[in-house]
Amino acid sequence: MTRTPILELRGIDKSFGAVQVLHDVALSAYAGEVTALVGDNGAGKSTLVKCIGGIHPIDAGDYLFEGRPVQVHSPRDAAELGVEIVYQDLALCDNLDIVQNMFLGREKRRGAFLDDSTMEEMAAATLKGLSVRTVKSLRQKVSSLSGGQRQTVAIAKAVLWNSKLVILDEPTAALGVAQTAQVLELVRRLADNGLAVVLISHNMNDVFAVSDRIAALYLGRMAAQVTTSDVTHAQVVELITSGRSGDLGLTTTANGAAA
Amino acid sequence: MNSAIAPQKPDKPNRPLAPGDGAPAGTTVRDVCRTYVERLRGGELGSLPAVGGLVVLCVFFAVLRPVFLSNLNFANLLTQSAGSIAIAMGLVFVLLLGEIDLSAGYASGVCAAVLAILLTNHGWPWYAATAAAMLTGAAIGLLLGTLVAKVGIPSFVVTLAAFLGFQGIVLILLKEGTNVSIKDPTILAIANDNLSPVLGWALLAVCVVAVVALQLRRSSDRRKRGLPGIPSSVLAARIGAIVVLGGTAVYLLNQERSRNVLVGSLKGVPIVVPVIAALLLLGTLTLQRTGFGLHVYAVGGSPEAARRAGINVAFIRISAFVICSCLAAVGGIIAASRGNSVDPNTGGSNVLLLAVGSAVIGGTSLFGGRGRVVDAVLGGLVVAVIQNGMGLMGYSSGVKYAVTGSVLLVAAGVDALSRRRSVQR
Ligand SMILES: Nc1ncnc2c1ncn2[C@@H]1O[C@H](COP(=O)(O)OP(=O)(O)O)[C@@H](O)[C@H]1O
Ligand SMILES: [Mg+2]
Repeated sequence: MTRTPILELRGIDKSFGAVQVLHDVALSAYAGEVTALVGDNGAGKSTLVKCIGGIHPIDAGDYLFEGRPVQVHSPRDAAELGVEIVYQDLALCDNLDIVQNMFLGREKRRGAFLDDSTMEEMAAATLKGLSVRTVKSLRQKVSSLSGGQRQTVAIAKAVLWNSKLVILDEPTAALGVAQTAQVLELVRRLADNGLAVVLISHNMNDVFAVSDRIAALYLGRMAAQVTTSDVTHAQVVELITSGRSGDLGLTTTANGAAA
Repeated sequence: MNSAIAPQKPDKPNRPLAPGDGAPAGTTVRDVCRTYVERLRGGELGSLPAVGGLVVLCVFFAVLRPVFLSNLNFANLLTQSAGSIAIAMGLVFVLLLGEIDLSAGYASGVCAAVLAILLTNHGWPWYAATAAAMLTGAAIGLLLGTLVAKVGIPSFVVTLAAFLGFQGIVLILLKEGTNVSIKDPTILAIANDNLSPVLGWALLAVCVVAVVALQLRRSSDRRKRGLPGIPSSVLAARIGAIVVLGGTAVYLLNQERSRNVLVGSLKGVPIVVPVIAALLLLGTLTLQRTGFGLHVYAVGGSPEAARRAGINVAFIRISAFVICSCLAAVGGIIAASRGNSVDPNTGGSNVLLLAVGSAVIGGTSLFGGRGRVVDAVLGGLVVAVIQNGMGLMGYSSGVKYAVTGSVLLVAAGVDALSRRRSVQR
């Protein structure tokens, strides 16, 4: 594989006080592909995503975007690169409407005032492009939306910009069967439209349904990055639960150091 | 800030589509009504309780004390409430963040004392003294906001300390309680003089034309782009209501209200009315139409979401406190004008509580994220009507306070319940 990944992380360390959450983590994500990031609860998936998004500063390691080393210190830096993240806790403002949430922090202005019409137009076009028909009015407050609708708004917010990499942290965790199918379809469509997508999920069915690659995190270490078609459900479950599966995964020394 | 790396031209959505054809073209009056009812059900009561309360109270006092409806009393009501309304408008910004400013009353007192001392003891011209009073307000807000947003002390504690501190500063400034009288005619005019009847009509006309122009521009723009808009009939009704209410008010205020015309004529719109109207317009435009205003709501709704969206949360917090203290300074100047003097009680006693009460009664939430500048005006009028009407009925101050306190409690209860309702969904 000689293609340059959109995102490449090498040797990422991250501690919160005395607790080291990420150890020497590497991760790559390619355009047009869904990379599934899997791992047990507390493995450090959300922390890794927050480091990518500039919410947490990394302690050590290289952050390469389209092959170039970059410094990401704030959410704005990440957005500037074209990295958009849909956080597990959705980070929407309940008291604002759909359009306001989608443009929050990056509003269109006309002179001193907000350009509401343009923003509403762009929001409508984006939702239409994602074949979203479930929301009645773009001017309804987010507090009045269902879980699936909120997730849709959060994803639409991420693709509204010329984003190159969209990361979704457990987007289907709180959803029912039908809504999960819809959101997964949406995730696949993002990659088919040429974006690099990183999908965090607990659900093996979801992972195998949409992903091209799988990266398994075990106790804050990257156990393995594999092509989805090369592995079985059982192998991935083993990687998640014990960090290794046959010749895949962490060596015992690394494993021992983590324990 | 980070403006250098703010997105310059990621202007287009990733996958452009023919805009507009997905949006419902027209919205009917029925849709508007249904949306409104849904909002009420969802706990967004808006101005309804304040407007309803105002109507009920006015009818109640008008029936029991016909003098309540006299032109003189109507004008009094407006001048009585103006200072407290200005302070309440500022508090709306702080309350929107879910914070509180308990020191706004005494901050207005400090600013009024600065104004009076510079005018009277130092002979400054009115504009310089006013500017100094406003700057004092801004400095106070900067201090409070920084302590809350940067140091991280809860606003309740910071402003409670400031409440005591400012009380002391007023005493020190006024040399342990002397009364500084104000003789500057311009400052005295603010709360004591009226516009000429013609000027009153002219200002109303300007306001109506401005509002109509803004609304029409907005709705024609939306229609052109095929976005759902407000039906023209609803728009016309809204503008009609402004014309009728404003026209009636100006007409009544332009009537002679002097008890003895031989002593002096007394008619016209009190000058504080256009002052408050201008603040209302400015505050509303800021909160509803600018990015700054939107960010105030965002920080009040979810500080974490705002932070992740790249909003400078500390800047928004500090700005809200600065705006609050500046409007408190305006309130202090109005109070000084109305009292013809400043004493250690200016901005003290119940001023702050009435101002907080005004904002909350008007519909601004104590939990942050919900409220508008107009709430301060509506709530301030409710408070003023209660005080004024009960005064006319001969109740003592004690009873007036008890009733106003109960109304505040009811409003806060409505706020808490409606919030629970919207959280449950
Ligand atoms: N802000 C924080 N401060 C301290 N510890 C944290 C913080 N965020 C996460 N952690 C810890 O880091 C570990 C990984 O958490 P997280 O990244 O949320 O895991 P995952 O998303 O894979 O379930 C957990 O042990 C968690 O307690
Ligand atoms: Mg997580």
